[in-house]
Amino acid sequence: MEPNAATQPSDRVGPTPTRRAVLATGGGLGMAMFLAACGVGGGGSAGGGAGSGKGSIRVLVMKQAGYSEDDIRKMTSSFQGANPDITVTLDLVAYEALHDKTVAAAPAGTYDVVLIDVIWPAEFGTKRIVADVSSKWPASWKQQMLGGAVATPQYASHFYGVPWILDTKYLFFNTAHLAKAKVDPAQMDTWDGVLSAARTLKASGVTKYPLVWSWQQAEALICDYATLLGAFGGKFLDAAGKPAFNQGGGVQALEFMHQSIVDGVSNPTSTQSLEEDVRRVFSAGQASMALNWTYMYGMANDPKQSQVSGHVEIGQTPSGPGGRPGVNGSMALAVSANSQKQAAAWKYVTYLTSQPVQDKYAVSSLPVWKSSYEDPAVIKTNPAVVAQAKKQLADLILRPQVKNYNAISQVLQTEIQNALLGKKAAQQALNDAADRASTLLVS
Amino acid sequence: MSSAPAQTAPAKKARRRLRVGGKGEARFAFMLLLPAALVVFGVVLYPVARTFVVSLFNVDSPLPGSYPFVGISNYTRVFHDPSFYAVVGHTFYFTLVSTGAELVLGIAVALLLNAPLRARWFWRSLVVLPWALPTIVNGALWRWIYNGQYGALNGLLAVLHVSSTPQQWLGSPFLALNMVIVADVWKNTSIVVFFILAGLQTISPDLYEAARIDGAGAWAAFRKLTLPLLAPSIAVVLVLRTIEAFKVFDIIYVMTGGGPASGTQTVAFYTYLQAFSNQLFGYGAALAYLIVLSVFALAMVYLRILRQGQMAGVQ
Repeated sequence: MEPNAATQPSDRVGPTPTRRAVLATGGGLGMAMFLAACGVGGGGSAGGGAGSGKGSIRVLVMKQAGYSEDDIRKMTSSFQGANPDITVTLDLVAYEALHDKTVAAAPAGTYDVVLIDVIWPAEFGTKRIVADVSSKWPASWKQQMLGGAVATPQYASHFYGVPWILDTKYLFFNTAHLAKAKVDPAQMDTWDGVLSAARTLKASGVTKYPLVWSWQQAEALICDYATLLGAFGGKFLDAAGKPAFNQGGGVQALEFMHQSIVDGVSNPTSTQSLEEDVRRVFSAGQASMALNWTYMYGMANDPKQSQVSGHVEIGQTPSGPGGRPGVNGSMALAVSANSQKQAAAWKYVTYLTSQPVQDKYAVSSLPVWKSSYEDPAVIKTNPAVVAQAKKQLADLILRPQVKNYNAISQVLQTEIQNALLGKKAAQQALNDAADRASTLLVS
Repeated sequence: MSSAPAQTAPAKKARRRLRVGGKGEARFAFMLLLPAALVVFGVVLYPVARTFVVSLFNVDSPLPGSYPFVGISNYTRVFHDPSFYAVVGHTFYFTLVSTGAELVLGIAVALLLNAPLRARWFWRSLVVLPWALPTIVNGALWRWIYNGQYGALNGLLAVLHVSSTPQQWLGSPFLALNMVIVADVWKNTSIVVFFILAGLQTISPDLYEAARIDGAGAWAAFRKLTLPLLAPSIAVVLVLRTIEAFKVFDIIYVMTGGGPASGTQTVAFYTYLQAFSNQLFGYGAALAYLIVLSVFALAMVYLRILRQGQMAGVQ
């Protein structure tokens, strides 16, 4: 081999590319591509356009609570019937994936319409992910829609969408369980009453763990905490915008949550459960009381999906010393800032959020329009829920409307779980969360 | 120089023809290599370079725009972030324990599958099954098995009269991390088994016979014969599994979402949260870069080991 190798250079014919040359060429190409990309953010278009109001649009929505996939497909197909020059492609994802998918798809302008949660307008609005539609919002909507709905897509007096799902967490209870343990359903009106009912239910052996919650390290945990924080008179932020959840009602709410686990009245699986886990446990008759979104009422009363159908009652969120505000868990349809077909997207958004469409599907999700709650046809779809919703939707508590909300929520989730698992005292956990949240709020 | 004048005309002609042919051939080879080179540099080098640039800016949106240059402050921020050390700890623990367990179990199962069993093909196909499952499915499967309320594991323990008190397998941070490791080991042991099995089949039975004649028992034969001869396979599978375990993300996302109390957050999961949930792309890029450097360092260490003939049998 050696002699041959020595003679090779003189025998070599033509410019055979060396490894170094190939690497250099490839490297050059890579660097050229690198230099060709402008800016250090994501690639893609830097702005959207109204478009012709025709063509195909792509929509990102949620496959979870609220309207079912079937509902959304039916609404879309009737929209296409009314607007034959617009074709709609629907993508449905779990709530947990909705935010990150919206962010990842934003630079490419993949979606023309996205579903946004009440906690995202500050972030998506300031970061130009969704379009400011304030100029398109008729002034009359502010009067015609419920207050909680109007607040949903709003940040700093701008509108970043149109409310579509108006929801809060209600208290669900199993009337058969209560009767068996001789608990008066009127006790469900206050958190003290709920706790005392839970102790009675446990003592009488009706359910081992009468309460089940969605306290997994996720946004669901903050929704339950917000409900209790409001009931105990706490606040997330003070008037100056600094963390206040580590004072008064915020601490009492967390102490209440932890104590319910220590006393064995809250199911220990709660710290690993999301809303669907809560629904399964409650529907299996393994819990007597649970806090959940409206959708659970229909499913827990459906004999095909529940063993407790016919025994499920829905009530307002119980009251505490600070009242009974329900967590605002509403969502809005927004037009992507990078969409090239914003006119067609807006048509779709206004169609799905219109009163006739919302009234038609009221059984899945209650309308955002005030007058719908007086409409006998809407009341008839879900009399028990409408009766409670009329009272509860007028009294909602918002989670902080700040652009770093997600980061603050993650810190709070971790520290609340530290307290729930007994690793830290409630006050200590919330102080630690407040310390980190203060830094995040100013960054 | 001296031989050149001696060359005949036909020889010169042939050489020219070769040179022309060689040029075309080289160009053809280059064209064939170009797509692969583009893919490698487009998918590997470009993102690596771009991530580095992004990590030097305070990018807080996925959209193009001008963002302030912050130098290495995203990197220094990583080391001042109290959560970072916790997630690094989880990642190292996950990597060490899962890779170790997969290796030990993998060798044991491979030895079993190499033995003259009846319906060996069946057992071998059965072992590959967990590996064939997508990680997301595997995560969802184990999440159900571990459920503290209606999970199969608690059910099994109750049926076997081991424990009638339901255990919250994913209820406390350290236990949850270990239970995620079990789920990961269940899935990934298969690939270790197949690498080791391939290695075992290259060992001649004569060697074992000779060892037996020399008076070596089963354990001595395994220690002195099987293990050294398996070294190349072990080295390769260690490289693959350590790097994969270090980057673990999807099983955590599905099974625990990083909880409880952030006890199962790993570096890759934390990076994802920072970049996509919090839109701190500059900071996320710095974290991602540190992962790349760590994986690169790991790969270098392993490649060095691989190059050592004693370990890998590769000269």
